[in-house]
Amino acid sequence: MTATVPAHIQLGMTDDEYEAVINLLGREPRPAELAMYSVMWSEHCSYKSSRAWLGRFPTEASWVVVGPGENAGVVDLGDDWLAALRIESHNHPSFVEPYQGAATGVGGILRDVFTMGARPVAVWDPIRFGSLADPHNRYLLAGVVSGIAGYGNAVGVPTLGGEVEFADPYAKNPLVNVMALGLLKRDQLVLSAASGVGNVAVLLGATTGRDGIGGASILASASFDAESGTKRPSVQIGDPFEEKKLIEACLELYEKGLVVGIQDLGAAGISCATSECAANGGMGMDVDLDDVQLREHDMNAGEILMSESQERMLAIVTPQDVDEVLALAEKWEINASTIGTVTEGGTLIVSQDGDVVAEVPAASLSDDAPLYRRPAERPAWLDATWADTAQLPAALDVADAMLRMLDDPALGDRSWIYEQYDHQLFLNTVIEPGNDGSLMRIKGTSKGLAVSTDGNGRLCYLDPHRGGARLVYESALNVAVTGARPYAVVDNLNFGNPEKPEVMWQFLETVEGMSETCEALGVPVIGGNVSFYNETDGVDIYPTPVVGMLGFCDPMPADPPRLDQARDGMVVWVIGPEKPVDFAASAYDRVILDHLGGRPADVDHETGPQVIGAAADLAHGGAPVLHDVGSGGVAVAIAEICIKSGVGVELDNSDWRAWFSESPHRVLAVLPADETPDVGNLPLRRLGTMGGDRIDFGRHGSTSLAAAAQVWHDAIPRRMN
Amino acid sequence: MKTAVVVFPGSNCEHDVVYALGLLGADAELVWHRETDLSEFDGVVLPGGFAHGDYLRTGAIARFSPVMAEVERMAQASLPVLGICNGFQILCEAGLLPGALVANRDLRFVCRPVHVLVEHTDSLLTRAATPGQVLRIPLNSYEGNFIAPPDVLATVEAAGTVALRYCDAAGVVDESTNPNGSTNSIAGLSNAAGNVAGMMPHPERAIEDILGSSDGTVLLESYVATLEAGVPA
Repeated sequence: MTATVPAHIQLGMTDDEYEAVINLLGREPRPAELAMYSVMWSEHCSYKSSRAWLGRFPTEASWVVVGPGENAGVVDLGDDWLAALRIESHNHPSFVEPYQGAATGVGGILRDVFTMGARPVAVWDPIRFGSLADPHNRYLLAGVVSGIAGYGNAVGVPTLGGEVEFADPYAKNPLVNVMALGLLKRDQLVLSAASGVGNVAVLLGATTGRDGIGGASILASASFDAESGTKRPSVQIGDPFEEKKLIEACLELYEKGLVVGIQDLGAAGISCATSECAANGGMGMDVDLDDVQLREHDMNAGEILMSESQERMLAIVTPQDVDEVLALAEKWEINASTIGTVTEGGTLIVSQDGDVVAEVPAASLSDDAPLYRRPAERPAWLDATWADTAQLPAALDVADAMLRMLDDPALGDRSWIYEQYDHQLFLNTVIEPGNDGSLMRIKGTSKGLAVSTDGNGRLCYLDPHRGGARLVYESALNVAVTGARPYAVVDNLNFGNPEKPEVMWQFLETVEGMSETCEALGVPVIGGNVSFYNETDGVDIYPTPVVGMLGFCDPMPADPPRLDQARDGMVVWVIGPEKPVDFAASAYDRVILDHLGGRPADVDHETGPQVIGAAADLAHGGAPVLHDVGSGGVAVAIAEICIKSGVGVELDNSDWRAWFSESPHRVLAVLPADETPDVGNLPLRRLGTMGGDRIDFGRHGSTSLAAAAQVWHDAIPRRMN
Repeated sequence: MKTAVVVFPGSNCEHDVVYALGLLGADAELVWHRETDLSEFDGVVLPGGFAHGDYLRTGAIARFSPVMAEVERMAQASLPVLGICNGFQILCEAGLLPGALVANRDLRFVCRPVHVLVEHTDSLLTRAATPGQVLRIPLNSYEGNFIAPPDVLATVEAAGTVALRYCDAAGVVDESTNPNGSTNSIAGLSNAAGNVAGMMPHPERAIEDILGSSDGTVLLESYVATLEAGVPA
């Protein structure tokens, strides 16, 4: 940047937005004020390109305690138990610095959850990269996974799952999303409003340094180019040990009733936390930056306000409780300093060295942020892409094709990833990562929570509306096979540059498809995140919404279905409508044909919820194995059951395409030979019998189970080790 | 009879250990690392986690926590002292157990159930178990690779104080069944007196079938039995 570029442009603000600040203040902003508006009005913080459309999501249900807009959504689980759920992206930081980018993503999402008064109990990480044939992508995968492990394991919150996908558009813009779940009792719920004139703002946790300055505005809200490596100083550095102490200190503060309100410091640091606390309570705040504990003593006001140093919280406490709060911080060995006072009138006044460096209406930083209704236009290439359907052979060695798919790193064994994560801490994990949905119990109750995260960029690229709808159904089925009912959704909407009309069109179609499906399932959206500008050198990623589905059951099945419980003589059934030629965005199309085209099958809002209900009923009825038919179709789903159970299968099917078609709303059940699944009027077909040491597709070929298991186990290690 | 479970800043398995010991009927209580008097306790557990962030080196700072003087006193007084995972690392670092734990052979964190073979049964960790018994217990560590100088190792093996070795489901001990490169596949061991023991896998994570295994129960029962027996003969 040359000196002639105006300050607001350097901070990522447009001329119009700068004008808006001048109009709002009635004067030129001071440097620190400009810094605050530039971050708070960034895409990342203000959702200025998406906010107008997010109201489409259904957000209401009788069990929703806190909907979108707070730090995390909260639902009621009965008996005074609440669950808090939140999802976020850390895409750009993870590309610039994979370990710290992913690590601080975990740290940030945990703070969002314990800000609500909840103890964070589990994390999920949906991640996406370019092909592992490229060493740089292997470096990114290894770095991101070790960052998640390094932070998550040390902070003492288990990682219960996630998903991984590989495709070229993610090569220069990997996606690193992270979701956290917290549990709390109803009387522990805390909100971020600062009330009570004279109450004191206490900054807790790490000291404030120059790391992460402008992370939200410069990194997260702009596209990438060849200069992106120079943005590395904008990536924050994580310290899980500091966060662990902060979690325990905050939970004790809540338990002792010592906080009036609390807010974590994430994007935009002190600017965001002080203004949001004040604005949410309809108050103002006087903040003295001289009281902020710094890592470097010569930081200017803008740097202190914008710093995204990790592991910090702002607690609002009454004057008489300040000493007890400081003593508690001392016990947990964290820093604490009183930096502000709640005032009347709604003005945020920030001082440094006795001078006022910022004086702005607190609410203006969030409420007056720009709102864009950017033009949307259906892509011109879409019709040709839909017409370009997969060229399928008349006959196929199904076993051979299946082996090639099991060797794919997105379809093979993912334990290379999740075995680096502590996924057992707290003794709640009933079904571990590597299954459709993970299932955890709530100790001391009969309740169970199942969670799945699901995205599919190729599917949404071909049809964002149907793709968005299918993802919600897939994640609902993933929790249903553990016995849980879909209960709440959070979503992470990863898209390209919203200034391109076709990206906006993809975004709007996705929101519509997801919303219709949530309505059909009666499941509320309780929070989400939008990540735009996932674009490098002008190339956008596939539109990649990620659904985080929370399923709930009470009681939890005593012996929930597992993929490793198939035994000799049991019978395999497929439940749900079979459409033999749905190959658009299928694993067959990708792995075998190296092709992407056609139009994916639509969802069926009548059958979809019925299949989900039937799966949950079967889970409670003692079905040994239930498995969602997803990527790779029936063939890959059966192979996973065989490999995990250590038993072969004999199958028959007249049309080879039925093994790889990926039409929605199907689930496999493996039951004792004398049982027929009770699924009402839903389509039901017997596929074969478990037994032997081969996966045998009859006249469509066969392979030994041992060979399939070997290929599947080695899919990631043979590329990474 | 009451046992302390020490909480260092950065510990994270303390509640799980208290829960598991509680299921076995033990009276277990959390104790902050700055505590300097454990005289009301009959034994002490150092749980897993990342004490003091594992900064500098795992256990290197924790061994200087104020509570460690009491842990040392209890070890010398023949009271039961058990270290699990990070607790094992701390006991080695404090010199209460021989050897040290370094980064895994593959330089990756390993979280998965492993099999361990019960060897000697004279320690507080294995007295309720049977020699040759194979247990399936979750491992969860980055620095789980046990090492010791040749002379120390020779002493340990000669004294027969190795309590647990990594193996497969059939009890075979070799490099292919060693998850982290530990010397001689050592997963857990005790001091010569048998009142101080450490192990890398987490017995408290294997105490209920719904969680995948209850094989850890016999090890924690050994600890509880030792606690209730008082100072061993």
